[in-house]
Amino acid sequence: MSSATTLDGVASKPARLMSLSRREALEGYLYLTPWVIGFIAFVGGPMLASLVLSLTNYHVVGSLQFLGLENYVRALTDDHLFWDSLKRTFYYTLLVVPLGITGALLAAMLLNQNLAATTIYRTLFFLPSLTPVVATAILWRWIFNADVGVLNYLLWAVGIEGPGWLNSTEWAIPTLVIITLWGTIGGNTMIIFLAGLQGVPQDLQEAAAIDGANALQRFRHVTLPMLSPTVFFNLVLGIIGGLKVFALAYVATDGGPAYATWFYALHIFAQAFKYFEMGYASALAWMFFVVMLVFTYLQFRWSSTWVYYAGEVK
Amino acid sequence: MINHALPRARAVADIRIHAGRLRSQLGRLVLYLIATVFGIAFMVPFFWTVGSALKSPLEMYAYPPLLFPAVPRWGNFVSVWNEVPFGSWALNTVTVTVLGTIGTVLSSALVGYSFARFRYPGRDAIFLATLATMMVPTEVTLIPTYLLYNYIGWLDTLLPLIVPYWFGVGAFNIFLLRQFFMTIPSELDDSAKIDGASSLRIWWSILMPLSMPALATVAVLSFIWQWNDFMFPLIILNSPENFTLAIGLRHFQQMADIQSMPRQHLLMAASLMVSLPTLVTFFLAQKHFVRSIVMTGIKG
Repeated sequence: MSSATTLDGVASKPARLMSLSRREALEGYLYLTPWVIGFIAFVGGPMLASLVLSLTNYHVVGSLQFLGLENYVRALTDDHLFWDSLKRTFYYTLLVVPLGITGALLAAMLLNQNLAATTIYRTLFFLPSLTPVVATAILWRWIFNADVGVLNYLLWAVGIEGPGWLNSTEWAIPTLVIITLWGTIGGNTMIIFLAGLQGVPQDLQEAAAIDGANALQRFRHVTLPMLSPTVFFNLVLGIIGGLKVFALAYVATDGGPAYATWFYALHIFAQAFKYFEMGYASALAWMFFVVMLVFTYLQFRWSSTWVYYAGEVK
Repeated sequence: MINHALPRARAVADIRIHAGRLRSQLGRLVLYLIATVFGIAFMVPFFWTVGSALKSPLEMYAYPPLLFPAVPRWGNFVSVWNEVPFGSWALNTVTVTVLGTIGTVLSSALVGYSFARFRYPGRDAIFLATLATMMVPTEVTLIPTYLLYNYIGWLDTLLPLIVPYWFGVGAFNIFLLRQFFMTIPSELDDSAKIDGASSLRIWWSILMPLSMPALATVAVLSFIWQWNDFMFPLIILNSPENFTLAIGLRHFQQMADIQSMPRQHLLMAASLMVSLPTLVTFFLAQKHFVRSIVMTGIKG
């Protein structure tokens, strides 16, 4: 409190000397300073630096050479892991996003039925999303263990021979998708859907019911269009999150077996912090950023055909 | 004809309503069943962790697998502390989380205040730039920030996990608090101004106390984020005694895998201990949690 009083004294002197609006502007800039410093030091500056680094062969030690676009050409033409990791990342995203969004929407609709004890169900659905990803990976590695895992035991009990899950090049990505779904279906996506559902006007539902629409028709023609901005929001975030998959694969499989879960973020990480190819890794990171921007841009373009904004003037 | 048909129609309608009620009651029963099955399905992995954390090494590899051990070994939780510097990891994590969260709340509230209450040239452009930084993936800034910390000698210290949070790096928090401040009537500021309060004082003594729900939201989100953060501490911290819990758990996992002495049961006990604080926080601050996520979704 005493420091605020001191500042009172200091601040009120120049106030007499300058106009009110100038003083307001100065104070506004003053309170903005933490962000300006943070932006220069931790966001804007590093972005610029990584763009410059991406044009060099920077290795931390040794001589620095300017390479022009060589790193980018190398990634596109001379690094099969670049394309492979990109393909795997897309495959993972393609599985995880539709399943995750559908699952989260269904869970949210279930919670929106005014069941008794909804809070308890919501908590049960939500808890997995709070588990640290390292713990999630450790736990599911045991459940999916091909030899002594409980899942393959249960499958065996009903007469199915379970696959190798995380040890199988074919099954590793689908297994990671299952783990991701456990950790995300009941998480933020579901809660956002739940809020969206509560924003769907009840009178529209009733009007449709009076006109003879059954539950499915009401969902298809009332709920879904009214919910489309929420679906869009979750889709954009879901795709970005899917493309960025790192920690789960790093802990559960370390990119294996035989590079089967070597996702793009793991590729960047290995180049940068295993081989210390900082220049090349920066080029990879920038291409990643561009891919994400393109995806987001395309979704915004595409959204005008299916997203309905109730307040929008056309 | 009309008089005659009416009671019959009513009777038919009654039957329909009755059947409808029965159907909807059956429907609700099915809904409860589905919700319960899914709730249990989400919980089973947790039961599995608890059961495994209490097993002996032999029981971990038992076939058919056991959900719970014959004799729960509570000592496993103590053994973790002897196997790895779990205490240091917990202390590091608490340090990083508490200091980072305080920094996040204060810096984003101050910057949010600037955006919400002051008029100056370029404000809206800067605000847009703030929002745009949310799009930048960590991967793009990771390498230069690593090199920066290497240059100033902050690698393998907790500073990189704390200091940035004092400079409003979480753009989303700034956005959330700006939105909240804008809902507080500015007449309150004006009357304080007339009484001679400085703008810093108005922020601290009027806006901040009125914004407790939003501040709590930011604090809770920041706490969970920092507690669970993985990629950044992974590149910054090298020596085991400097690890946070998330990185330490990964370290323990590799030890448990490599060395011949079976320690998988202790790994499960450690996983449980690392997860518990966030779960407890959730139970204590459920309201803020849900609100914070709703705020991100609806207004974001």
